[in-house]
Amino acid sequence: MSTAADERNARAPWALTAPALMLFVGVLLIPLAMTVMLSFHDWGQYKGIEPVFILKNWHEIATDPYYAEMFWRTFRIAILTTLLTALLGAPEAYILNRMSGRWKSIFLLVILGPLLISVVARTLGWALLFGGNNGLVNKLLMSAGVIRSPIPFMFTETGMVVALAHVMMPFMVLSVWAALQRLDPQIENAAMSLGAGPVTIIRRIIMPQIMPGVLSGAIIVFSLSASAFATPAIIGGRRLKVAATLAYDEFLNTLNWPLGAAVATLLLVALVLIVVGSNALIERRYAEVFR
Amino acid sequence: MAYLELDRVAKQFGAQTVVDDFSLAVGKGEFISFLGPSGCGKTTTLQMIAGFVDPTRGAIRLEDKNLAAIHPAKRGLGIVFQSYALFPHMTAAENVAFGLEMRNVPRGERAERVRAALAMVGLAGYEDRHPRRMSGGQQQRVALARALVIKPSVLLLDEPLSNLDAKLREEMQIELRQIQRTIGTTTILVTHDQNEAMSLSDRIVVMSQGKIEQIGTPQETYERPASAFVSQFLGKTNDFAGTIDRTVVPTQLVAGSWRAPAPAGLSGPVTVSVRPERIGFGDAGLSAKIMTRIFQGNHWLFQCDSECGPAIVIRQNDGQAQPAEGDAVRLTWRPEDMSVRARAGA
Ligand SMILES: Nc1ncnc2c1ncn2[C@@H]1O[C@H](COP(=O)(O)OP(=O)(O)OP(=O)(O)O)[C@@H](O)[C@H]1O
Ligand SMILES: [Mg+2]
Repeated sequence: MSTAADERNARAPWALTAPALMLFVGVLLIPLAMTVMLSFHDWGQYKGIEPVFILKNWHEIATDPYYAEMFWRTFRIAILTTLLTALLGAPEAYILNRMSGRWKSIFLLVILGPLLISVVARTLGWALLFGGNNGLVNKLLMSAGVIRSPIPFMFTETGMVVALAHVMMPFMVLSVWAALQRLDPQIENAAMSLGAGPVTIIRRIIMPQIMPGVLSGAIIVFSLSASAFATPAIIGGRRLKVAATLAYDEFLNTLNWPLGAAVATLLLVALVLIVVGSNALIERRYAEVFR
Repeated sequence: MAYLELDRVAKQFGAQTVVDDFSLAVGKGEFISFLGPSGCGKTTTLQMIAGFVDPTRGAIRLEDKNLAAIHPAKRGLGIVFQSYALFPHMTAAENVAFGLEMRNVPRGERAERVRAALAMVGLAGYEDRHPRRMSGGQQQRVALARALVIKPSVLLLDEPLSNLDAKLREEMQIELRQIQRTIGTTTILVTHDQNEAMSLSDRIVVMSQGKIEQIGTPQETYERPASAFVSQFLGKTNDFAGTIDRTVVPTQLVAGSWRAPAPAGLSGPVTVSVRPERIGFGDAGLSAKIMTRIFQGNHWLFQCDSECGPAIVIRQNDGQAQPAEGDAVRLTWRPEDMSVRARAGA
């Protein structure tokens, strides 16, 4: 019945989380708030940043079709990347899960190994293979006479989607893999004993159960792709900009920080809305499987 | 004629022989239990019948058709898995309807049969529940309904009751037996619970290390165990070392100071098995001393130290005075209550 002890107990959680909380506030919340504030400031070629409150940057983003196109491209690339990883990653995880003992661990390593290599190195690999006339694959195919001119890859949306899908694949495979682990090991036999063929088993029994895994993998891949910087920067360069590379350019090349901040803020808000919204939808739709 | 027949079936995983020389003829409508300790190959045998595991040797025939040529999806067997393996994304009704859908049963008839199957297992009104929102016993019933609704030629049950608590298990045992009697489906139950096997089955197949030890009715396996393994595995038993003396006329079976006319066909060292509830206290017989006496309500349990080793005796609590701890007693039993086997290595 000592109130002093109660008070101490009530304060303990706060005290214990304080260091992490301070770090969180210091390196995430404060810079984030400053970025949002920055997006309302003015900027001029000669006067630099002026700490006033105006809607100039937001107005520019809202009215100039350049930004609409750029954001549309960003999300188009992210959606296509997500579709591609889901289409390839889900069967990949399923096949992996059906492998026996040793092969399973070897291929799991093959799939997850790339995570240990920098995104830049992995994307540069694509550039080495398909980069214009000097790309290895292009050179080979041209000298073999299969194609006349190099396959367009660099500075194309297709190239960006392919490279991003390659980089993001492990996240999708892992997410589907986790869902597959929750399956009853006898579930396929159960369906088979009731007369279901292999296609029916996959379509009616396996797919609905791993769908939450595919969808949560899709959320991860989508948000990482939409905000990806390194891969679009290398494949798309200055010619084919997405939101992240544009914000980077505004900050470091044009030095128009407020406009860059507005682009970054919009990207963040859009992503948060999409992710939170789809997550809520998924959880409602798949309540039975998630429980 | 046998309905389902296993003919010298064997299964090897690599170098390990998991099931060996397994022959069994199951009659139509019979309820058979595979009983044995963990890892003795019960599930493997069941999965070979189901078609999920291919036998290394031997043949399995259903109504004289070789099952090896029939894909598991076409065998038309009903299977209840130990984990139930219900489809979690479907409601109870959808789970039960799945097998009918695969058989292209028209929608109207399907709904009617699903309703009837769920009602039969006592789950009327649970049609729209998802498995994860049901108790273990209810899930088990859905699995049973799902297997039965397709009118399977054989029902295979792999320890279906092992996840249930004791009371529910007993209820389900009774219910399972009733359902099986009503619809007359040939049934094979895998279990490692001897009480379950005894109370449910027409015949029990006792297995040990992939081999059949004995096939017989519950009474036969209990009262005439074919091997030491069977008598040990099915309830408590006393094994006494004895000898058959053919030098005297008539020949005698001797165990300590207990003696009886010798059964035909055996000589030399033997093992005498007697169930604890068949031993009584008398004036002549095996001399023993009572070490502990435990009161268990409807019966007394005595642990004795006899001249042929430790012995357990169970006496009905019929209101008569019972010997106390430390008393010297004589253990006796009727010759027909024992089973005598040749004793190896003596
Ligand atoms: N796929 C497999 N590969 C290798 N060995 C296996 C395989 N399946 C089963 N075994 C082995 O076969 C033996 C029998 O297994 P089985 O599952 O048939 O036993 P069980 O009698 O059903 O036991 P339990 O009561 O524990 O379920 C075990 O020793 C097991 O390790
Ligand atoms: Mg088993």
